[in-house]
Amino acid sequence: MSISMRTKTSTIAKPKKPRWHRKEYFSAWAFAAPALILLLIFLIIPFFIAIYFSFTNQRLISGPLRTNFVELRNYLQMLGDGSLHRALLNNSLFGMIVVPVETSLALFLAILINQKMRGVTVFRTIYFSPVVAPLVVVAVVWTFLYNPGQGLINEFIKAISFGHLGPYDWLSNPELALPAIMILSIWQGVGFQMVVYLVGLQGIPEPLYEAARVDGAGRWRQFWHITLPQLRNTTIFVLIATTILSFKLYAQVEVMTQGGPQNATATVVWYVVHQSIDNVRVGYASAVAVVFFLIVLMRVIPVLWSVIVTEEREM
Amino acid sequence: MALTTQKVKASVTPPQKASQRSLSSGRKYAWLTLNYLLMILLAIFFLFPTVFMLVSSLKANENQLLQDLSTVSAFIPYGDISLQNYSDAFHRLPFGLYMFNSALIITCIVALGLVVNSLIAYALARIPFPGRKLLVVVIVALIVIPFESVVVPLLLMVNQFPWFDGSTTWINSYQVQIIPFIADAFSVFLFYQFFIDIPKAFEEAALVDGASRWRIYWQLVVPLSRPVFATVAIWQVLTHLGDFLWPLLVTRGDTYRPLMVGMDVFFGQSPLRWGDIMAFASMIIIPVLIAFLLFQKWFLRSAALTGTKG
Repeated sequence: MSISMRTKTSTIAKPKKPRWHRKEYFSAWAFAAPALILLLIFLIIPFFIAIYFSFTNQRLISGPLRTNFVELRNYLQMLGDGSLHRALLNNSLFGMIVVPVETSLALFLAILINQKMRGVTVFRTIYFSPVVAPLVVVAVVWTFLYNPGQGLINEFIKAISFGHLGPYDWLSNPELALPAIMILSIWQGVGFQMVVYLVGLQGIPEPLYEAARVDGAGRWRQFWHITLPQLRNTTIFVLIATTILSFKLYAQVEVMTQGGPQNATATVVWYVVHQSIDNVRVGYASAVAVVFFLIVLMRVIPVLWSVIVTEEREM
Repeated sequence: MALTTQKVKASVTPPQKASQRSLSSGRKYAWLTLNYLLMILLAIFFLFPTVFMLVSSLKANENQLLQDLSTVSAFIPYGDISLQNYSDAFHRLPFGLYMFNSALIITCIVALGLVVNSLIAYALARIPFPGRKLLVVVIVALIVIPFESVVVPLLLMVNQFPWFDGSTTWINSYQVQIIPFIADAFSVFLFYQFFIDIPKAFEEAALVDGASRWRIYWQLVVPLSRPVFATVAIWQVLTHLGDFLWPLLVTRGDTYRPLMVGMDVFFGQSPLRWGDIMAFASMIIIPVLIAFLLFQKWFLRSAALTGTKG
């Protein structure tokens, strides 16, 4: 792994006296111990327990039924669980729409405010400001904006369509509830990706653009042939980060719709919590959680891989 | 990760001289106007919910508030303007207690987290010891485990944990909202990346002088690394202020409840009075926005650092 390769360079190469070494080992482990113990108890052990539970019929409260080993029953049951499939579909839909929209909007905003113009820092502040707002609060405020009937968003849509569209029952309409959550999620999150892109843009060497201008390339060609290729790594990061976030979708759902109407906004995390707390089926919920982890892992491995490959090339 | 060391520039360079441009000045002004128009439209999109929330929170007359929804007056503070909604929100729920709980929980997580995570990162980055490489790999691997996938077993575990006061469960307490979040693999990784780039010369001089590792960490590494401490701290504050799932599962009643769960409870409480809810929301958002405006540079740096490394 590249990260371990990097550490090699900082190793003190010459062998020292054993006694000095022992003292060093002791301080190293003493420094590492608090974090390691905490990570072990609160992340590693629960993670393995989740895997173990997923093969049992564990309940939330130990009732008269004994906890038994049920082999793959939970996993097989997931194959025929319509609500879970709906939740997975919702997460995928959310990802398929939010990820490209949020990524391109973030890039657009970053390019817009990376220009040499007066006042761009003010706009940068404004675009970033929703990021600091906690999602639960955002979800509550937007529920009010989505107010059925005479809500602000309905009125706006009515005004720009000259009265042809609306009013919509945003959060109680199975077709509109998920898109409604998508919009507020993009509103809240895009400023973050914008800053990430801004860093990427500022890392592009200016001579590249100067050379292109000398060759007579317009803004559009500069964008396609310099900006986009140079932002390749940034884009991979942003895509993966937003994809993972889209799989963790929970707070908006819990506050705004509770998974409804008709499971139209149920998500995997919401379903895990709902199954274990409301339906007390911890074993089954754990199996879903394990699958959730595997999905996230599948998204992360390609990125880690690309990072490792590029770092090794740089060495 | 070549991008990581760059910082977001706090300001852009002054506008270029008009003569440098090959475009005619007419086209240039058209382009500028188009850009500003776009930026202003986008600014409206990003500002309107916040402005709407603040204005609505000031309208004490609930009927007027609902009627205003259909017009631009939703954004104009007029009519029965007062802080009545704010005082209602305080009376209907112990907002002060929620605020205190959130502040206490976040302060503990962030303060303890900075120490614990930077200590292990320092050991991994700078002290040669057997097993170090393996530990770095383990830490990186832990970043990919989402908290959401361990939440149920963790809930069952903390339900059985004893505490010093003799209680046999951590459910409904402060520690259950603090201790599991102190160690954070991603923070360790950020510290690690920063420490590895600090020049080793200082440290070797101190080691030759016989300084202990603890002294080197405390008197040399920490002062040199203030930027990374600040970015990690801001990142952690924002993350844990928004925490919702875990506190929802582990708190019962008001005593230990943080702001986000309080917001959700208030939202579900009848009678549904939007003015009060908007006041409650404003009381959370206003301090965060003020902090953001004051320390904007650090917020942006924090986003840039965590974003390009995550």
